[in-house]
Amino acid sequence: MTFSITLTVNGTPHHLALDDMRVTLLDLLRDRLGLTGTKKGCDRGQCGACTVLVNGQRLNACLALAVQQDGAEIVTIEGLAPADGLHPVQAAFLEHDAFQCGYCTPGQIMSAAGLIAEGEDGADIERIREGMSGNICRCGAYRGISLAVAEAARKAKTEAGA
Amino acid sequence: MPDDFAPASHVRLGSNSGQPQTRLDGLAKITGQATYAADNAPEGMLWAVYAGAPAGRGRVASLDTGAALAHPGVVHVITPQNRAELQQDPDARAHVFAWKIDILQSETIRYAGAPVALVLAETLEAATEGARLLAPEVEPLPVRIGFDDGEPFEAATVGIGANPATSVGDLEAGFAAAERITEVEIETPPQYHNAMEPHAIVAQWQDGRLVIDTPNQAIVMSRPLFAEYFGIAPEDVHIRSPYLGGGFGSKAILNGPQILACLAARETGRPVKLVLSRAQMYGPVGHRGATRQTLRLGTDAEGRLTALAHHSVSATSSFDDFLEPAANASLNTYASPAISASHSGSRWDIGTPGPMRAPGEATGSAALECAMDEAAEAAGLDPLEFRLRNYAETDPATGRAFSSKALRECYRLGAERFGWAGRPMAPGQMRDAKGRLLGWGMGTSLFPAPMSQALARATLRADGSALVETAAADMGQGAWTALAQIAADGLGLDLAQVEFRSGDSELPDGGVAGGSGHTATAGSALFSAGQDAVAQLVRLAVEDPASPLHGAGNQAVRAQGGRLMLEGDPSRSESYAAVLARAGLETLAGNGRGARSPEAAGAHAMFSHGAVFAEVAVDPDLFQIRVTRLVGAFAAGRIINPRLAESQLFGGMVWGLGFALQEEAVHDRRSGRLVNGDLAGYHVPVNADLASIEALTVPEEDPFVNALGVKGVGELGITGTVGAIANAVWHATGRRARRFPVMIEDLL
Ligand code: FES
Ligand code: FES
Repeated sequence: MTFSITLTVNGTPHHLALDDMRVTLLDLLRDRLGLTGTKKGCDRGQCGACTVLVNGQRLNACLALAVQQDGAEIVTIEGLAPADGLHPVQAAFLEHDAFQCGYCTPGQIMSAAGLIAEGEDGADIERIREGMSGNICRCGAYRGISLAVAEAARKAKTEAGA
Repeated sequence: MPDDFAPASHVRLGSNSGQPQTRLDGLAKITGQATYAADNAPEGMLWAVYAGAPAGRGRVASLDTGAALAHPGVVHVITPQNRAELQQDPDARAHVFAWKIDILQSETIRYAGAPVALVLAETLEAATEGARLLAPEVEPLPVRIGFDDGEPFEAATVGIGANPATSVGDLEAGFAAAERITEVEIETPPQYHNAMEPHAIVAQWQDGRLVIDTPNQAIVMSRPLFAEYFGIAPEDVHIRSPYLGGGFGSKAILNGPQILACLAARETGRPVKLVLSRAQMYGPVGHRGATRQTLRLGTDAEGRLTALAHHSVSATSSFDDFLEPAANASLNTYASPAISASHSGSRWDIGTPGPMRAPGEATGSAALECAMDEAAEAAGLDPLEFRLRNYAETDPATGRAFSSKALRECYRLGAERFGWAGRPMAPGQMRDAKGRLLGWGMGTSLFPAPMSQALARATLRADGSALVETAAADMGQGAWTALAQIAADGLGLDLAQVEFRSGDSELPDGGVAGGSGHTATAGSALFSAGQDAVAQLVRLAVEDPASPLHGAGNQAVRAQGGRLMLEGDPSRSESYAAVLARAGLETLAGNGRGARSPEAAGAHAMFSHGAVFAEVAVDPDLFQIRVTRLVGAFAAGRIINPRLAESQLFGGMVWGLGFALQEEAVHDRRSGRLVNGDLAGYHVPVNADLASIEALTVPEEDPFVNALGVKGVGELGITGTVGAIANAVWHATGRRARRFPVMIEDLL
């Protein structure tokens, strides 16, 4: 039995005939669509490494079944940057050395992009720390992550105001 | 021409080292393009998932292989019954980095979660379900877990081949001379590395060669470990490990699932991918063994140590011998006329522990720093003053001079930055604006500065650029960047002119990313390879009548920015490209070696040092503990890249926080299974756990550690931090840590 779904990933529509309804959104992205930028750290919703944006909202892709995503608009780390450069969160991560091994990084960046889009303005670093606490970084790059998110949030606010 | 060229004495580095260059692999990592092992999916690949033992000790009585094989998509099941012969005994310890491993050699269960069968299927979903359907039935035996139930034994070695007992001076006389004696017993729990990237391997056989994608901290050295199991030559193992999603020691040691994946690929004739689930990370891939440590500190009337005795009972598995060398932390930190460090073992029915970020130093310094704090209190001295009174001017264990030691400056700078002065001596004296109890504590950081062995090649190219190559491992510490900076300086080129290839076993051996010695070792090899290439280029120039440098002595020529120039007369210069063009050379290769000579190693004691200051806030009603400030000041020789070094030090300090307040694996003592074997139950620090963190570095020139003057920063930060936090908790609450992690219930 196959399940037909249509979803848009990073602007590209995919019409899929899924032969297995156990496939998670994370495994769909990684194993069937070849988008391996999204990482699996726990497969249990406990680490945030698999964070993607689904219809603009942050989601742990390991906790969602692919078959539930019919009609969804999904953005992954591969599709975050505009064609001509980096997303402000990405640029800030590089500058603040907000990562070491880089394994949690796609999830951190997608989570930050979602947090900022939800209206976090970067003024309260404690709120950023809280808001980013669903994304574990075993390398302990938290200081850089908080600073990077705050900076990107401030930039987003200034640009929105301009 | 020597084919391995090692720099002889302290060198002047060029303009690339010392720069806060952002990560050269950064763009790949922030755009999702960096390829980790599990991201590979070769054509025709099968998925492997293993079923783990549901009990800690006993025997697998039956497996429902029929049910697994009947599941659509399942292709094959490997059990001890049908597992093919291997050329190496998994219970032999063929190499210092080869632990005894579980690869379905029998039905005996040695720890919960050990592989009992491997399922191969066309999809991950089918393999996962197949492994579940195996539903192993076991004949359990009572498990022995915990210091009270473990089986005691005398240790032959601790750590990797270290002596289990070392003593200097007359301990009895030291204690007899003491004005007071402080005795402390502290336990540290089993802790798990929990790199964010689960262990993973993609194995394929190509014309008799084994090609492996797997995160690995010792890329070339691991080849024979794989090869021996399959009776092939080490050169026929190709390991690709460009990015590790964290390692922390766990990816230096060969593990059972890796061999099982290679075997499955050979048996099925197809590539096989095996990725551990998070739960499977608690068993076959190492951990930090538990310790029960006892310290006795004798002090005289002035608060000087007269004797220091440190014993650790270190836990290991029932079948292998890695023991956390915790007590050795007391051998090199503080001056005392008599010191003894000793260990014994306790056998538990758990997976074998192994090196985990600062193995021995982390556990040992945690206990030592707590004990020092108690001794300071007993002596009526400020903890910093007490440590200064016991400052080791020479290495207490050997009497050797330190190659460099700017610890005094670390204490001064850290204390100043933190605002340590004016700290009340008695606990429970400070409150913050929210009414929380505040406490300040400190600890000394110490970590050895070892080197392994590495080789490198640097090839100048006709266009004046260069290719540098070594099989280094970047597990996040920044090898891709810091090593390229050193390599560029060795070549007298700008970083942008250097192409760096790494992370692949076909390249020259880059040594081990371990012991915080990778930058020093692989960096030395790369630097000397560059120098070797440049030396050859200089020879070509000075011997060539057409060169503006003709006739100059080799020593009088300087290499910088891709040009050779006469020292003192920059008008006599030419580009690398010009020299190569006239000589008709497309390329010119130099080789380099990084290692420390035994004479150099024996002449000095070599350590990185630091001082960590912590502030905690404790809720007076709920006793919740929050670390509000961490300030570390560290001296670790020459810093190649301050941006990356700071991140490494932060990482270590964050680990110190996890050690002090969160990390603990808990076993069910009936079944032997972990009750918190996932990231919801096993707590590691998250972003909100730490409010403010600073890592300062104290400049330190060290002409003895290696020609580059580089020590290491990867493990230093965790030492010192654990004790600083525990001591701050005491200062806030008056409660001394008797075990880690310090929890609310310890403060009630
Ligand atoms: S992999 Fe999804 S939260 Fe960890
Ligand atoms: S960068 Fe390694 S886990 Fe975050």
